[in-house]
Amino acid sequence: MLTIKDLAVSFRTRRGEVNAVRGVSFEVAEGETLGIVGESGSGKSVTSYALMRILDAGGRIKAGEAVYSGVDLKRASEREMQGLRGREISMIFQNPRAALNPIRKVGHQIEDVLRRHARADAQNARAKAIEAMEAVKIRDAEARYDAYPFELSGGMCQRIVCAIALACDPKLLIMDEPTTGLDITTQKAVMELVTELIRERSMSSILITHDLGLAAQYCDRIVVMKDGAIVEAGDPVRLFARPGHPYTRKLVDATPREGASIRELLPAEVRTPEPPRRISDEALLSVRDLVKTYAGKSGPVHAVKGVSFDVKAGQSVGLVGESGCGKSTTSSMVVRLLDPTSGQILFAGEDLAKRPSAGFARDPMRAKIQMVFQDATDSLNPRHTSRQTIAEPLRAMAGLRGRARAERIEELADLVGLPRPLLDRFPHQLSGGQKARVGIARAIAVNPDFLVLDEPTAALDVSIQAIVLNLLVDLRARLGMSYLFVSHDLHVVRLLCDHVVVMKGGEIVEQGPTEQVMTAPADPYTAELLEAAPKPPARDAA
Amino acid sequence: MNRRLRAVLARLAQALPVILGVVLVSFLLTRALPGDPAAYFAGDAADAASIEETRVKLGLDRSMPEQFGLYVLQLAQGDLGQSLTTGQPVVEELARRLPASLELTLVALLVSCGIAVPLGVLAATRPGSWVDHACRLLVTAGVSLPTFFTGVALIYVFYYLTGWAPSPLGRLDFIYLEPPSVTGFFLIDAALAGDAETWFAALRQLILPAATLALFTLAPIARMTRAAMLSALSSDYIRTARAAGLTSRKILFGYAFRNALLPVVTTLGMVFSFTLGANVLVEKVFAWPGIGSYAVEALVASDYAAVQGFVLCMALLFVALNLLIDLAYSMIDPRIGFDSK
Repeated sequence: MLTIKDLAVSFRTRRGEVNAVRGVSFEVAEGETLGIVGESGSGKSVTSYALMRILDAGGRIKAGEAVYSGVDLKRASEREMQGLRGREISMIFQNPRAALNPIRKVGHQIEDVLRRHARADAQNARAKAIEAMEAVKIRDAEARYDAYPFELSGGMCQRIVCAIALACDPKLLIMDEPTTGLDITTQKAVMELVTELIRERSMSSILITHDLGLAAQYCDRIVVMKDGAIVEAGDPVRLFARPGHPYTRKLVDATPREGASIRELLPAEVRTPEPPRRISDEALLSVRDLVKTYAGKSGPVHAVKGVSFDVKAGQSVGLVGESGCGKSTTSSMVVRLLDPTSGQILFAGEDLAKRPSAGFARDPMRAKIQMVFQDATDSLNPRHTSRQTIAEPLRAMAGLRGRARAERIEELADLVGLPRPLLDRFPHQLSGGQKARVGIARAIAVNPDFLVLDEPTAALDVSIQAIVLNLLVDLRARLGMSYLFVSHDLHVVRLLCDHVVVMKGGEIVEQGPTEQVMTAPADPYTAELLEAAPKPPARDAA
Repeated sequence: MNRRLRAVLARLAQALPVILGVVLVSFLLTRALPGDPAAYFAGDAADAASIEETRVKLGLDRSMPEQFGLYVLQLAQGDLGQSLTTGQPVVEELARRLPASLELTLVALLVSCGIAVPLGVLAATRPGSWVDHACRLLVTAGVSLPTFFTGVALIYVFYYLTGWAPSPLGRLDFIYLEPPSVTGFFLIDAALAGDAETWFAALRQLILPAATLALFTLAPIARMTRAAMLSALSSDYIRTARAAGLTSRKILFGYAFRNALLPVVTTLGMVFSFTLGANVLVEKVFAWPGIGSYAVEALVASDYAAVQGFVLCMALLFVALNLLIDLAYSMIDPRIGFDSK
């Protein structure tokens, strides 16, 4: 149905031509779901934009062929392509909220497609659009028709994006990271919906993702891309069991899965035994009846309603839940960036909740509790070099200057595995993994006892995530730190944490030792979360 | 609709303290100005006694709070006082001169938008092309030439050399009668009176000063349109629209342009305010009887009542303008709840 042969795509940039895709060939048969898996920069999305001919300015198909049902996609005129897009081939995107026009009613956005491809006229457009919304299982479609994207949840927005893509019954659906940025249960709901519709309408599809586990679960066949080329293709079960290419092996290894320890995420050659550490029986941090209530437009909003948990010295506690469950609010209060409405935060016997967050930056306790932020890029000052970034807490809290400071910065760089020459680079000159290391170095610069980690690996590729998680494991053993690890990814929490706290709607629904919560969840919600996580096929013991 | 009306009223109520503040500050500021109006009006030959006499006549011998109380009292009756230089009530003069300034500014902005917005859109769709460069050249030239220079240059070419334009003396050539005043805008009044000849005459007078101002305001509007269009065109929803096969026209105007409007409207509001305040030079060059030149003359003469009247009038205008822009926002962007703030 779709044949791509030796496709090469290049971009004109200020620094000359960049070859994003170099010689990719694959086929998609009728009714087949093909997975394209790769890390950022592998050219997987660019490949799909190229065959839709919606490359950004400066991008062009340099060589190769792309034929869809006899139509040469490379030579077709723009007018022909416009007729093809949405009607024959359509696409759904990541970050569904941004993928919708923010100031146009969602119903009208669906109508636009329907009318463009003559599936509806002015009289029946509304009815047809509502029909399309019902097809993607949007309840109460009539009312949602008049909603704007900002009034809908992320999952609902993705359904609208699906409705736009599927409104005109295309034969081929390209999904570009369709679930990135969605909660794990929403991710599952969206994927099941799409798979069902694909099967019902016997469409072909391409699933582009960085998540090998997700691709394995939903695809008939997978191609693995790296640096613009395909390194391996094959059946998902075979790929997991006997990865042929070293890169595939690395990816398979790095994918968090049941039964694998954190060291097993690393390539076999560099694995070292997990360092031993001591967990004391004394609680370092005790959170008691913590409450945060915001004044909302329509009455108070209860973000956190009476949360209590302990973190022992040397222990790592996972705080798990979906967006809006209050986990970030809780962690912000613990790290003293936000004042609780009521409750206690006992740290080493002292109630920190009594000290206002506004002046906490000058509190001697500030150095004891530090934080690693979610977005490694946004949390670094773009005008500071890594050296300046790491120097800041040393100057402000430890009072180090001159030689002593310079030595400490280099020591920290070594500790987090950041090559010393990179200390003089700016954030935009660093890779995602390197930026994460700078963020960690900054947090541990003043020898904190307690580190709050807010989804520190959420934006990283799996292979980098594996390395960063292992770095965190080494650091806590070496420096005797306690972690509060905030995440929505149960697999990752399981790897790193001794104890898990599951939150929903501002309350703790379950907490206990990781093994127990993960294997025998007491609360149905925990079970639901576990159930929703993608399950990659088993791999060889080798 | 009722909710929106209430929101507008609430917004107007929020403007009240602003206006009260302006009343007070304009009063104090005019008093703080250097120069003694009593000495100015008593004339060059006056001695100390006659200056004192003038001071008493003007009411300037009383204490500050007393003067202020008197001023507020008069204001409440719609009386802005008498201009000392012209002897006319300030309200009447403002009522005559404000429409002149507004007409000039509005026409200039219309022309400016009519050129700048399409130019910005065109430049954004083809960044780096000759259209883009031409656009940049034009707007840079427009903004770097001072208005008095452009004005004089235009007069030289179109009045002195070619004679296409009428003499640059005010709003209407002296052979025409002013149209019966309804709005104070000659173009509208003449149209209402059905007087085509006067309408064209007023238009001919208006073209050169409006063009001068338009050229000056072209730059911010065109640049902002280009930038807003560029960022709109590179956003995710445009990619979705393209992937859905929508036509280029629909994507450009239906999707990108409406999203780009918001920053453009903001800029427009800013440009309008600074043009209204800063078109003194144009008014001077074209002998345009606007409020800008009125205010400058009053200021030079320490004409308290006139200056206060002008400042108050501008403040009211800005409040109205901001309200208008807020309303435009809430119409363009549903995310901005007009009533939520």
